[in-house]
Amino acid sequence: MDLQILLLLGQDGLTNGAIYALLALALVLVFAVTRVIFIPQGEFVAYGALTLAALQAGKVPATIWLAVALGAVVFVIDAAIALRARAWRRLPGLAALTLGVPLAVAALIHGLDAATLALPLQILLALAVVAPLGPLIYRLAFQPLASAPVLVLLIVSVATHMTLMGLGLVFFGAEGFRTPAFSDGSLELGPATLQYQSLWIVGVSLVLIVALYLFFGRTLTGKALRATAMNRTGARLMGISTTLAGKLSFFVAALMGAFSGVLVSPVTTLYYDSGFLIGLKGFVGAIIGGLISYPVAALGAVLVGLLESFSSFYASSFKEVIVFTLIIPVLLWRSLTTRHVEEEE
Amino acid sequence: MSGMEQKNKPLLEVRDLAVAYGKVEALQGANLTLRQGELVTVIGPNGAGKTTLLSALMGLLPARGEVTLDGQPLSADVDVEARVGRGMILVPEKRELFAEMSVEDNLRLGAFSRRAEGRAARDDTLAEVYDLFPRLKERRGQEAGTLSGGERQMLAMGRALMAKPRVLMLDEPSLGLAPLIIREIFRIVAELKKTGVSILLVEQNARAALKVADYGYVLETGHVALEGPSADLAADERVAATYLGGKKG
Repeated sequence: MDLQILLLLGQDGLTNGAIYALLALALVLVFAVTRVIFIPQGEFVAYGALTLAALQAGKVPATIWLAVALGAVVFVIDAAIALRARAWRRLPGLAALTLGVPLAVAALIHGLDAATLALPLQILLALAVVAPLGPLIYRLAFQPLASAPVLVLLIVSVATHMTLMGLGLVFFGAEGFRTPAFSDGSLELGPATLQYQSLWIVGVSLVLIVALYLFFGRTLTGKALRATAMNRTGARLMGISTTLAGKLSFFVAALMGAFSGVLVSPVTTLYYDSGFLIGLKGFVGAIIGGLISYPVAALGAVLVGLLESFSSFYASSFKEVIVFTLIIPVLLWRSLTTRHVEEEE
Repeated sequence: MSGMEQKNKPLLEVRDLAVAYGKVEALQGANLTLRQGELVTVIGPNGAGKTTLLSALMGLLPARGEVTLDGQPLSADVDVEARVGRGMILVPEKRELFAEMSVEDNLRLGAFSRRAEGRAARDDTLAEVYDLFPRLKERRGQEAGTLSGGERQMLAMGRALMAKPRVLMLDEPSLGLAPLIIREIFRIVAELKKTGVSILLVEQNARAALKVADYGYVLETGHVALEGPSADLAADERVAATYLGGKKG
């Protein structure tokens, strides 16, 4: 192997690793706060990319109707609960969040000619369509099961993944889409050729990771999410609602998933079902971090990216096998080094 | 009782509160009143239902009966978070701290229910809590999980005070602590009372609890066996024999 190939594979590995790192962080967050192993994470990647592609093609992405429909269902359920408790004051806020936000985004898409907008605005619009799906799905699928065992939550998670993937086929069809690069061209750096899009991916991922770090470390809301992950009862006794924490973590996860999709869609063609495999690789990273440690999960995800890239060169047909086999030694090492703790109810 | 009118206003009223774990009645028809600015203690042996009482008041356990705060009923659909929002704060027996966070982050999260008030108001409360617990100020950057038992209890109480509670419920604050620290904790409880917060203190350490409290209830196997001004309870022969270790009390 010469230096040029090494650099090329390294660049590829780091680029994919950065995406996996974002997904791994979201998975750790969701699991820590809600104990849900977030299998549908990949669907948000696909939804983000395909929604952006639809907007750029001048079409109304069907995902917005999913958001409007889920919002309406959540509104009906929560309004009924509020009315039974005679909590009229909850209604305006509830309506604004569940009906107002999706309808406002839908109106924006109809009112604006999205295809002619600048790329950053198109991206914002795509994120505004997909990210609200996170808390809405949490409300419908997971909030009623908040105290269920991890296994039940996992089963619901798989069901949610299947449903969203099926809907993805309905919404976007079976063909794949690719979106234009954020900026075309490449940078010659000695023997290395760096694609601008790769730089974008790594750069934006780093910015997002730093933003997450500041959110968790500096803001009261971020600390409240960590507190819920650490000690649910303690957090509730401080008035931190488990439900709110769950919705917020799903929002962050959906946002990160959709953003990852937007970032990778210029370098790979994405189909309605492409997200699953991407999400699973983030999951391998999250497992390396024991679903607890954010930095180890992020580093593990980068390792997955590099391993994938190099194995695609040496043993391309075994690429996925090699990547997912990584989980076995990691689990073995984890089970030998960590004390088994019975799940607390 | 002092003649102050405000002090006589019932803040928290509990009528016929009952909690069952399956077929076991952990609490049967408990009645209790906490007036504004008062310190009321609930004493009783292990398993009498003291922690159950506080958990039910906090909305952590489903209960039958009526609980009112300021005359407003706290029905079953008023959840824990909403009760915190109305000024009810519980310092649980297990402390339930955020072990991997710093002392200061634990305290700041105590003011989560006051996040609408703005940072300045919360910073003022933090300064007050540090005044009350200088030890916590010294250890502000340390992880809560590394604190000693006494410091943990102080942190749990400090964190509760960050919410500016109207009803502060303390569940066995002296549990598992050394005698010297227990004395310090009770000194702080007495001091808290002077700030005007109404306190419901659940304790096995009946002697110390009755010394600081205005009024007391004796809980036995799920029902209130005896109640009265704490001085009367401390003088009661039966209470003295059972809970205060004979005549010495």
